[in-house]
Amino acid sequence: MFIAWRDLRFAKGRFALLGGVIALMTLMVVLLTGLTAGLGAASVSAVEALPADHIAFQEPAEGQEPAFATSELPGTSVAELGALPGVDTAHGMGVSTARLNVGGGSAAVNLIGTDPSLYPDREDGTDPGAGEVAVTAELAETHGLAPGSTVDLNGRSLTVTAIVDTTTLNHLPVVYLPLATWQELASTDTITAVALTGDPGETRGAVTLTREDAYGAVGGYSSEQGSLTLMRGLLLGVSVLIVGAFFTVWTMQRSGDLAVVRAIGAGRGYLLRDALGQALAVLVLGSAVGGAVAAGLGALAARAVPFVLDAQTVGVPVASMIAVGLLGAAVCVRRTTTVDPLTALGAAR
Amino acid sequence: MTLTMTGVRLTYPDGERRLTALDDVSLTVAPGEIVAVTGPSGSGKSSLLAVAGTLVTADAGTVEVDGVDVSGLDQKRRDRLRRERIGFVFQQANLLASLTAVDQLLLVAHVAGTSRDTARERATELLDYVGLSAKRGKRPHELSGGERQRVAVARSLMGSPAVLLVDEPTSALDAERGRAVVGLLRDITRDRKTATILVTHDPRHLGLTDRALVMRDGRLGAQDPAAVG
Repeated sequence: MFIAWRDLRFAKGRFALLGGVIALMTLMVVLLTGLTAGLGAASVSAVEALPADHIAFQEPAEGQEPAFATSELPGTSVAELGALPGVDTAHGMGVSTARLNVGGGSAAVNLIGTDPSLYPDREDGTDPGAGEVAVTAELAETHGLAPGSTVDLNGRSLTVTAIVDTTTLNHLPVVYLPLATWQELASTDTITAVALTGDPGETRGAVTLTREDAYGAVGGYSSEQGSLTLMRGLLLGVSVLIVGAFFTVWTMQRSGDLAVVRAIGAGRGYLLRDALGQALAVLVLGSAVGGAVAAGLGALAARAVPFVLDAQTVGVPVASMIAVGLLGAAVCVRRTTTVDPLTALGAAR
Repeated sequence: MTLTMTGVRLTYPDGERRLTALDDVSLTVAPGEIVAVTGPSGSGKSSLLAVAGTLVTADAGTVEVDGVDVSGLDQKRRDRLRRERIGFVFQQANLLASLTAVDQLLLVAHVAGTSRDTARERATELLDYVGLSAKRGKRPHELSGGERQRVAVARSLMGSPAVLLVDEPTSALDAERGRAVVGLLRDITRDRKTATILVTHDPRHLGLTDRALVMRDGRLGAQDPAAVG
């Protein structure tokens, strides 16, 4: 990188401009990644927290996908699915939205009626029995709830017996309650789904998804994640074009210099390594700055919006930016290998 | 002999036909000898340097650089030969804009994989030799035309070449500076026993060389003595 470092110092303005653009693109990709992860967690963290390997839903109509909002299974399906070879445990789940009233306030919540063994870790209190509920820590904090408090769900008064770790489903806080209590509130003897441990294999009358695949059964999750992922992809694509365009012009501008270096005996590999090293240096620096600024902004954003700030949501997009930028640069700087040293002679320059 | 070209023929594609750049060219340059080659534009002077410098392979004939027959060498070996045995001085210096004077020399050493300390020592010695020690940290745009060309001369010597190929080094210089550069090249040829080919348009420089040859339509012949000043 003998020439590369000196070029970087000599053409500071041009490389600072490119580095700034890379930093800006990295900033946007990191922020979008954190937001995607945050929105994803707000959508499905309750499903993610289920200690289950698979979730069985009602077989959807043709052309439709399984969904918590539309699935309805008979209560007997829990025993039927639990009896399948390979299944260790089966617990029925009822999922619905409800209006929670407490004191003078109210909130939309998702009810998950199921066995307490499927609830998130308990922070306080005891598992709820009939006519009792467990609320998540964030919901408890927002409404000042504690074990012994009373809440009104869909017009029925229930006692809070436990505070559990915070989860959300479809961006709403979750209230956990026994399945029988959920069925009473929903005025039904059916259930929404069955949470299974083990591997059920083929199931009849129900479609079984892995827990991760079941994220798609949460309304809006797939389209929300798909949109944000597409935006990140487009940003990375634009970054490739920007880096590629810069290094195309840069390589063309210095083709005369490269011809001289070839003429004095430098091999093609020498020039290629130098050029790629230069691109890598700019990409690493620009991406690191962008990633650092994004981490700072993300920490602020996390106070107001769903935003996940961790090594993965920062590190992966930064690494992706470097990788795709290097790809764009590699395509363009390979021209350095085709520079003809003959052009260093005569009046060709 | 340090540079020997025998029956060299070189053609370039020119539309549907081939243009003959060098036609049965034979030339021998001994160590410590500086040979001037003149001729009109397009006569084949630069092609002569290109073949002698292994930048292009002749269609026919043989070229030996410091005892090495270059005809059968692959690209990597030709690159290596240029690094180790051939020095180029280009028209208008052709220095890299981002490199200081000393870096122009150190680049050659870096390409050759020479150790940093050895390279710095030699670069310092060469810049001193061409009278530019005080300008070692200057970039090309901070140097005069003559200084740039002297840096280029020093750069050509970094690899301790056996053959020095000089392509119109005075084309961008006034007469006085041009004469000084050619004088420097002559001294280098004597001191360092290089076999030097100097391509030039300027007949005033022919008197500073040991021999003067002329290229016409790709053929190399003796210079008319009346033209040698």
